[in-house]
Amino acid sequence: MSDTRLAVAKTYKLYIGGKFPRSESGRSYPVNDTRGRFLANVAHASRKDVRDAVVAARKAFPGWSGATAYNRGQVLFRVAEVMEGRREQFVADVRAAEGVQQRRAETLVDAAIDRWVYYAGWTDKLSAVLGAANPVAGPYFSFTVPEPTGVVGVFAPQKSSLLGLVSVLAPVLATGCTAVVVTSADRPLPAVTLAEVLATSDVPGGVVNLLTGRAEELAPWLASHADVNALDLTGVEPSARGELARTAADTVKRLVRVPDQEPDWIATPGLERLRPYLEDKTVWHPMGV
Amino acid sequence: MPQAALSGLDEARRDESSLRRFLNGLPGVDQVGVEQRAAGLATRSIKKASKLWALDTAISMVDLTTLEGADTVGTVRSLCAKARRPDPERPETPQVAAVCVYPDLVATAVEALAGTGIGVASVATAFPSGRSNLDVKLADTKLAVESGATEVDMVIDRGAFLSGRYGAVFDEITAVKQACGDAHLKVILETGELVTYDNVRKASWLALLAGADFIKTSTGKVQPAATLPVTHVMLQAVRDWYTATGELRGVKPAGGIRSAKDAIRYLVAVNEVAGEEWLTPKLFRFGASSLLNDLLLQRRTQLDGHYSGPDYVTVN
Amino acid sequence: MALFDYAPAPENRDIANLKAHYRPFIGGEFVDGNGEPLKTINPANGEVLAEVSTVDGSDIDRAVQAARTAYEKTWRRMPGSERAKYLFRLARLIQERARELAVLETLDNGKPIKESRDVDIPTAAAHFFYHAGWADKLSYAGYGPDPQPLGVAGQVIPWNFPLLMLAWKIAPALACGNTVVLKPAETTPLTALVFGELCQQAGLPPGVVNIVPGAGDVGAALVGHAGVDKVAFTGSTEVGKIIQRQLAGTGKKMTMELGGKAANIVFDDAPLDQAVEGIVNGIFFNQGHVCCAGSRLLVQESIADELLEKLRYRVSTLRLGDPLDKNTDVGAINSAEQLAKIRDLVASGEAEGAERWTSPCPLPEKGFFFAPTVFSGVQASMRIAREEIFGPVLSVLTFRTPQEAVTKANNTPYGLSAGIWTEKGSRILWMTSQLRAGVVWANTFNRFDPTAPFGGYQESGFGREGGRAGLEAYLDV
Repeated sequence: MSDTRLAVAKTYKLYIGGKFPRSESGRSYPVNDTRGRFLANVAHASRKDVRDAVVAARKAFPGWSGATAYNRGQVLFRVAEVMEGRREQFVADVRAAEGVQQRRAETLVDAAIDRWVYYAGWTDKLSAVLGAANPVAGPYFSFTVPEPTGVVGVFAPQKSSLLGLVSVLAPVLATGCTAVVVTSADRPLPAVTLAEVLATSDVPGGVVNLLTGRAEELAPWLASHADVNALDLTGVEPSARGELARTAADTVKRLVRVPDQEPDWIATPGLERLRPYLEDKTVWHPMGV
Repeated sequence: MPQAALSGLDEARRDESSLRRFLNGLPGVDQVGVEQRAAGLATRSIKKASKLWALDTAISMVDLTTLEGADTVGTVRSLCAKARRPDPERPETPQVAAVCVYPDLVATAVEALAGTGIGVASVATAFPSGRSNLDVKLADTKLAVESGATEVDMVIDRGAFLSGRYGAVFDEITAVKQACGDAHLKVILETGELVTYDNVRKASWLALLAGADFIKTSTGKVQPAATLPVTHVMLQAVRDWYTATGELRGVKPAGGIRSAKDAIRYLVAVNEVAGEEWLTPKLFRFGASSLLNDLLLQRRTQLDGHYSGPDYVTVN
Repeated sequence: MALFDYAPAPENRDIANLKAHYRPFIGGEFVDGNGEPLKTINPANGEVLAEVSTVDGSDIDRAVQAARTAYEKTWRRMPGSERAKYLFRLARLIQERARELAVLETLDNGKPIKESRDVDIPTAAAHFFYHAGWADKLSYAGYGPDPQPLGVAGQVIPWNFPLLMLAWKIAPALACGNTVVLKPAETTPLTALVFGELCQQAGLPPGVVNIVPGAGDVGAALVGHAGVDKVAFTGSTEVGKIIQRQLAGTGKKMTMELGGKAANIVFDDAPLDQAVEGIVNGIFFNQGHVCCAGSRLLVQESIADELLEKLRYRVSTLRLGDPLDKNTDVGAINSAEQLAKIRDLVASGEAEGAERWTSPCPLPEKGFFFAPTVFSGVQASMRIAREEIFGPVLSVLTFRTPQEAVTKANNTPYGLSAGIWTEKGSRILWMTSQLRAGVVWANTFNRFDPTAPFGGYQESGFGREGGRAGLEAYLDV
């Protein structure tokens, strides 16, 4: 027996409908660290994987959006708990993916965990902060409540492999929407580890679907997909966003406003990534004996 | 109150518009409230002697059922043997209440159960959909009764009920009741197709007014079949019927009750919603097939003091 | 004997990890108090459960000082996101030790285990969970861009929902950045003191939470303490008035959650069977030891007989007895004193000519029990229609029109809660606009949720607990 044990290499796959399939296309592509050393082959998601992911997200939507806000908060908090338990792995993944020092990687991972906690706290407060009782002039009781819009297509940031990903994904879930996420193309490994966390932390299958692949290849399919309600084009090249937004207009998708330059994601967010995924519903009811 | 209520019931039977007025005047059922009550009662913890009593009572209430296109004389005989001696190694185990089969197999069941006191129930009236004309439904009933069925499980015309033709449903039930002769009539509401608890309450009263001896939740062919809150609403209806008329009518949840734990929850509901008078096979039945084996399994667990396994009870 | 006589199904009392002695929790440590020790008893059998060391004035000084130090040095300076994580930890610790806390609560309070297990403890955890989320989002609560905490909160809670009331008090206080000194009720101090252990397990900075057991004098000393910036009281209107008078002119922020005499109003088009459930839940939940209990049933005359018949049948199915039995619906009255008060008011109802019906359920030989009781033919002038009984006693009055129902419902100095039963939506909303009560339940009763503000009008108190509105009580706004 040799002194040095050969490690068992992990197979990196997609995450669709709570399962970990390979790409239906059979394709994969090599992922290297920032210094060009080979890390792994990951599944190269195709148009049909996008289609399957949207079906899974739509199927999961009634259950997830219908769950109590309290329950959704508990589930998001549970994600933070399970991530905390795999903190070292995430730190190693982020170091390899982003080429940052240990200390910086720890900061990014801790911020990513805390971001889940932050959004866990939002689930049962959105109605109180964004809803209203409307003092209409007449014998009616009128109120307005925010409701989740549906399936959201998310192009995760290309640079920030974990914190950026969590920062764009968690608010989608906090509102009660379900997500189809295309991860960073060159830095997808932390996302696959996150998928393993999601699969083991009470998030129902299909609520989050993670596709490793090329944003420019998949974006037209998500932007034109009639069963997708909102789009976050963060991970798409700014030059390509205009055309995608025009495509999205055909089905009146909600588009998140995103900056040209990717931020560092450390700052605590506000409501800017929650509001786009919410529809206000106003209800009227007469008052009388 | 009963006197006033009785005249109200007579009035309801007078013509279609009176019937409609009566049914539409029934108090509503609040979904959240009835589901909470059912869930609350389901937390009752039944232990030791009371559990054994409940298991035996549940066994004695089973309408052991096979309603498959693939049924044969052989499968019915096998089922009847099981009904007579549910647990051959424990002969003190109670017999089931009845065996429930399609009309063409009634004669087989009657022969196999001769002298046991176990009832033979037959589904009829174009079971399970109820989609045929009255002549066919009556002929179906006649086949069952003439073959010796002691109980008839009919389905209501849900299409007629949902389109508001309550009189048609009423007339059909009374006609089938007449065709039943001495056989007991169980009226299947198919609550999974009625959807709302308000409809379940209306259909329950409609069936009771038309002469149902039992009201039964489901055919077992439609999902959802029996649920605890639906059974609550029906138990409340027979209790209210009793308060109004002094007559005791029965309830039969059917379909989807597979575990002893579930069955005991139903018995708790019977005990606390309708009352202990209903804790008898004369007034409460389970329409089930696989339930019996779990009841037997749990009965052994209680008596042996350790958990049993499915290999220790016989398959049908 | 009943046909289906449920065998006893008692929860194992060992789960409570009951100790012989409990001590005050001050500055992150359990310390001996200098007050006269008290013995807390199990109201279901009168047996002593444990001896509890209580505090005196010097201990309160220490506790307030510990809270002040923790406030200045750590808690108010800590980022909200870090405070949040402590509260999440407390929520999880309550969930993890839920069954232990439930059994202990039932032993100390007398409430049925199914209520402590299914209501008190999970809702307490939910309060911490909910408020944890607010700790770093206070700028969205509608009180300005950067609302500040008040400082040290002195909190006094009652015996009817010991741990739940603690959660209602401590969770928002901590979320907003305050530190607390809390006095649990004299007869139910145990779960609050175990909560001290949870604070230790959570690694909460010492002094952020202090628990000081004792009787009314301790409460008076605490709320009157010069080092306390904010007073929160839940209890009787009588004591609430004394505290409000005591603090008048000090400028200290107060919240008062006091008594009630809620009307539960049933119209002739109500979903009757669920209304019966709601009436039963409204008055017999927690033996009627609920400030928002639906103690006055207002029923429309046209259905009064039918409803009462159904109600009596339903009440007769309630199982009264050993609170630890999982099948018990009605447990023990919390104290001999409370039992005497209930008996006195029931006697007055009979003397004043109301018709008494009491469930024929057997009463245990030991312990403090009172069988569910319904008075019909009650007139608005009777004591049982006006005074808070705080026990399993329902007074039934009738009405003919919605306006009459409103007039009768509002005819009380209280104004905590009300119930409406009708299938007609517009009537529900009209009624809610007319009723002078802080919480109105329609086609349900006694629902509590951390997201929904709770509190009263008039002599039922002021300030709200829960929801966005509840944060105001602990912010300097």
